[in-house]
Amino acid sequence: MATTSESAIERKESQGPIYVYEVPVRVWHWVHAIAIVVLCVTGYFIAHPLPSLGGEASDHFVMGTFRLVHFISAMVFAIGLLVRFYWAIVGNEYSRELVVLPVWSGDWWKRVWHEVKFYSFLTRKASKNVGHNPLAQLSLWVINVFLGIFMVCTGFALYSQGTGAGSWADIMFGWVFVIEPSSQAVRMWHYIGMWVWVFFVITHIYVILRLDFASRQNGVSGMIDGYRRFKDDGPMSPQ
Amino acid sequence: MPAKETFYDVMRKHGITRRSFLKFCSLTAAGLGLGPEFAGKLAHALENKPRTPVIWLHGLECTCCSESFIRSGNPLAGDVILSMISLDYSDTLMAAAGHQAEELLEQTIEKYDGEYILACEGNPPLNEDGMYCIQGGKPYVEKLRHMADHCKAIIAWGSCASWGCVQAAKPNPTQATPIHKVILDKPIVKVPGCPPIAEVMTGVITYMVAFDRLPPLDRQGRPKMFYGQRLHDKCYRRPHFDAGQFVEAFDDEGARKGYCLYKVGCKGPTTYNACSTIEWNGGLSWPVKSGHGCLGCAEDNFWDKGSFYSAVTNLKVAGNVEANAEKVGATLATAAAIGVAAHAAGTVISKATGKKSKQAEEVSE
Repeated sequence: MATTSESAIERKESQGPIYVYEVPVRVWHWVHAIAIVVLCVTGYFIAHPLPSLGGEASDHFVMGTFRLVHFISAMVFAIGLLVRFYWAIVGNEYSRELVVLPVWSGDWWKRVWHEVKFYSFLTRKASKNVGHNPLAQLSLWVINVFLGIFMVCTGFALYSQGTGAGSWADIMFGWVFVIEPSSQAVRMWHYIGMWVWVFFVITHIYVILRLDFASRQNGVSGMIDGYRRFKDDGPMSPQ
Repeated sequence: MPAKETFYDVMRKHGITRRSFLKFCSLTAAGLGLGPEFAGKLAHALENKPRTPVIWLHGLECTCCSESFIRSGNPLAGDVILSMISLDYSDTLMAAAGHQAEELLEQTIEKYDGEYILACEGNPPLNEDGMYCIQGGKPYVEKLRHMADHCKAIIAWGSCASWGCVQAAKPNPTQATPIHKVILDKPIVKVPGCPPIAEVMTGVITYMVAFDRLPPLDRQGRPKMFYGQRLHDKCYRRPHFDAGQFVEAFDDEGARKGYCLYKVGCKGPTTYNACSTIEWNGGLSWPVKSGHGCLGCAEDNFWDKGSFYSAVTNLKVAGNVEANAEKVGATLATAAAIGVAAHAAGTVISKATGKKSKQAEEVSE
């Protein structure tokens, strides 16, 4: 998939801006980004509530509000993920990169290894990629597909504890407690997942800014107007 | 005397009046959350059905389940149930001892093959062929398997039988194993808790012997009527949780005012039990009511989840090293921040030296 698109581009004489990230992908990205930030902040304060308040219990609804906002953003996150997976089917070829890893392709793994070397300063030869570079694709898959589904499943399983037996959340996600009967443990893994997101957000923002600074293509603007721009007309392969 | 006596016959023999019997039936029906018409159905069943024997085995345990059971808040229920089960086999409660007692087991199998209920308190250790728990000269696990082969259903009393409890805590040298991982071919009702609430125990056992079927169970095999909700869902301090009013330390103003104990490690939000509704010792109190957080004793693995006084639990980091989930996460995020800063510096240097070497190449050309 990726290789065909590349050879097609390499045949082209000039490498003008290529439309990669369609509108639904970009909208999803920013909605997802906001949802993740809100989920992390509210999630942290559910695990570590703010200092205790005085007065009557009926005067406040702090924890209740944190939980409500957390649940609403969780719905946004989960539905967004579903829409994004749907778009991977009907969208352009680059929309599938996030969901389908070409693990069967030896060439792809070689390119992953090149990116590892590139980011470890073992080589100065930068590659050009229309969509994501293979290493980015791999890490985005881990975060969005694996961790995303993991957080949705554990999150709604924990949510089902409040909605109760027989509720939709219990019917759809109660099986989590068959795999891990201790809900305290499920809570903990859900919480660890939050920290993995924090880890991801820091590195993701850095790597994208770095694309603009030290690579052969654009970074941040791609997710704003959807176009991939290259800084040179050289071949796609590392040089 | 009829060939097979009913529960009612047994109770009358033990001096329980009809009036007490009917009171017991209505009380138990209410405790099980059944409608008013079930008091009559329960009485009818106990009057007409042949008595189902209950064999009560003890493995690795502390007898707190038995202790809880005989202290049922309602003495009536206690008496009635005791008269129902003490006839057969219960190491701690029965009069017989030694060979005489062990013979009772074989007699029950002969007389009631496939009909009796096996109530298991504690669990079998499997390591060293079960030599860590010997009863009557044989490993307990053999006795358990033998009795389970001929029983109708199993009740796993307490966290030991249901999940493993403290004897199964890491590193679990005796390999103490909960009943459902040893007996795979019989229906098992888990009644976790350390110990379970007396009324829960009497309710479950009465339901099973009277209606001749298992109570409705949740995914994990616990009776829904007692383990359907978390303590948190029915906790009388829940409004303080939603408001954001917490006990920060056990001697602060919040503790005196009875605020939520979540921040001092209460496991109510992750624990399924009936403590917050039935309470303990005849409705006298329960942990949160007495000002201490729930330990989560009815939950799987509660003994290996780190401090009882922290809302965030421990996890295994590497080998036998454990750390608070909080620290693991914060370390991860800090590592990312430091890594990014270092990498950014590396990128700048790499770019600068890269330019220089390119210029050098151009010059040499």
